[in-house]
Amino acid sequence: MSILVNKDTKVIVQGFTGKEGSFHAEQCLAYGTKIVGGVTPNKGGQTHLGQPVFNTVKEAVETTGATVSMIFVPPAFVGDAVMEAAEAGIELAVIITEGAPVKDMQAAKAHATKHGMMTIGPNCPGIITAEECKIGIMPGMIFKKGNVGLISKSGTLTYEGTNQVVQEGYGITTAVGIGGDPIIGLSYKQLLPMFEADPETECIVMIGEIGGDLEIQAAKLIKEQITKPVVAFIAGQTAPKGKTMGHAGAIVSGSAGTAKEKMEALEAAGVTVVVSPAEIGAAVTKAMAKK
Amino acid sequence: MNIHEYQAKQIFAKYGVPTPKGIMVESVKDAVVAAQELGGPVWVVKAQIHAGGRGLGGGVKLAKTLEEVETLAHEILGMTLVTHQTTAEGKLVQKLYIEDGADIKDEFYLSVVLDRASEMPLIMASTEGGMNIEDVAENTPEKIITIPVDPAIGFQGFHGRQLAFGLGITDKDEQKKIISFAQKLFKLYMENDAEMIEINPLVRTGSGDFIALDGKMGFDNSALGRQPDILAMRDLTEEDPDEVEAAHYGLSYVALDGEIGCMVNGAGLAMGTMDTINHMGGTPANFLDVGGSANAETVAKGFEIILKNPKVKAIFVNIFGGIVRCDRIANGIIEATKITDVNVPVIVRLDGTNAPEAAEILKKANIANLIVGNDLGDGAAKAVAAAKGN
Repeated sequence: MSILVNKDTKVIVQGFTGKEGSFHAEQCLAYGTKIVGGVTPNKGGQTHLGQPVFNTVKEAVETTGATVSMIFVPPAFVGDAVMEAAEAGIELAVIITEGAPVKDMQAAKAHATKHGMMTIGPNCPGIITAEECKIGIMPGMIFKKGNVGLISKSGTLTYEGTNQVVQEGYGITTAVGIGGDPIIGLSYKQLLPMFEADPETECIVMIGEIGGDLEIQAAKLIKEQITKPVVAFIAGQTAPKGKTMGHAGAIVSGSAGTAKEKMEALEAAGVTVVVSPAEIGAAVTKAMAKK
Repeated sequence: MNIHEYQAKQIFAKYGVPTPKGIMVESVKDAVVAAQELGGPVWVVKAQIHAGGRGLGGGVKLAKTLEEVETLAHEILGMTLVTHQTTAEGKLVQKLYIEDGADIKDEFYLSVVLDRASEMPLIMASTEGGMNIEDVAENTPEKIITIPVDPAIGFQGFHGRQLAFGLGITDKDEQKKIISFAQKLFKLYMENDAEMIEINPLVRTGSGDFIALDGKMGFDNSALGRQPDILAMRDLTEEDPDEVEAAHYGLSYVALDGEIGCMVNGAGLAMGTMDTINHMGGTPANFLDVGGSANAETVAKGFEIILKNPKVKAIFVNIFGGIVRCDRIANGIIEATKITDVNVPVIVRLDGTNAPEAAEILKKANIANLIVGNDLGDGAAKAVAAAKGN
């Protein structure tokens, strides 16, 4: 078991024939992901990486039966691509592209919700179910199969956390990089209950950062609904106020969005909060031993 | 990206949002000419810097004669203004805005920001204008009204009525004016990809008109590519030169106060590295994300920017290669030691894609001052020790 994606998930790629799309689609195929085609306007009918290319998402879905789309189109076209996927009946869009205008994402996410499509990202590494299905840009080789679920706003902290979990002798069910933009798709609030319901996941690692209040909402939900142990790290305890720290959403405005308030809320909800990402592995081992 | 008050008011004027008449000048002589052109009888001389709290810092003053305009322009232009939003060193005033005085009856607060919880633009307003809004939110939160506006339906009449009644505006003519004001403001917020607009104070004049006495705007950096008019308003002299230079090379850099320079891939790991150094008793000198396309040139540039800071006593390179290949980073480090004088210990932790190749490259290069970190914790500990001279 896993959440959202597995070895049978059929995936198409929007922006299939572009440089980034090609490179990462090839890596995903090599990992074993069932990429069944892709979309690049005006290249319909061609074959790319051994898979059919379509002009529209609608044609791609009708022909291949894909339920997930991995989006690599340039930032200015992300909104359009997400809305097209939603109307074509895609169930989950994984948006890798960094730098999409916030206004476009706002409209696209609202439209996706209206059509019942889930989104992950933008500006994220994607989602991976270990040794089954990689939809994104993460280094597949570090993800060994196991019983730990992982949710992270940061790409490299996803790798760092996973690597430590694996070094400790455990592994990953599914890892989801939710992205660091001000408006993102699936977040802790939706993903934590999925891991709670997944019989194979025994422990959840949650990596957050400064800015916004998604981690505070997560703390409330954990207290009420999550029985599995949760280990959390919040990046940016030493970040200055009012400065954007790389991710567009990582900014402390006034007294809101600090690492301190998020860490306190999570601790109050019974979460094991570590002060450095270097301690994630040890905390997971402790949590697994207690079970 | 932020812009100056005078630029925000240019945008306001384009959309019909009322503002006092004003002229931006860069010399004392032009300040007097501008005042003559505006005609008086009262003028406000305002420092133009990208920070709030200018009035309290002595950067906004009232003049009743042309002589006073000249004296004040002389005083404010070239001064270093320190406010609660600047650093302790303050900001040099290079531009002034000479503005007509207004007949102020009441002061309100009005802003439009992105509300991340509702994922919609949010109009915030208060009768407590002219004050620090964060203090109002802290002490009298009931005096702030918030109205989320769904962009799919736009600014409707009911939004306007919530605003007018919320601010206690009862005169029908005044209600129409404030609603029209907010409607135009919302339109310009959406059309220009603004991230926030703040008017503090928004004043009601003796004759019942509403005027934006101040104007502050910030924009979504990701949308600047399709907003050429906004991008043209960028004032690089208001930004940190090292941050600007870093951005030019695809590096995301923020200077901090500590002693350990950091070079990391990914914003989350970069923050996590700073946090780890801090918990081990060290102090980070900067945030630096080399990004996904890091190569030898960008890494070398990163070293150069970090080493400009004389406080730096050690550098911690912490890379978890996903898309970034560790061998490229290793070559970058070697490149950097050739073109820059790296005179502090460099602690290198490379993990992930092509890490073994990278270790081999660094070993062969045999660089003095280079210390290998085995993982994040080990690398951070070695960096903290090195900065302390151990």
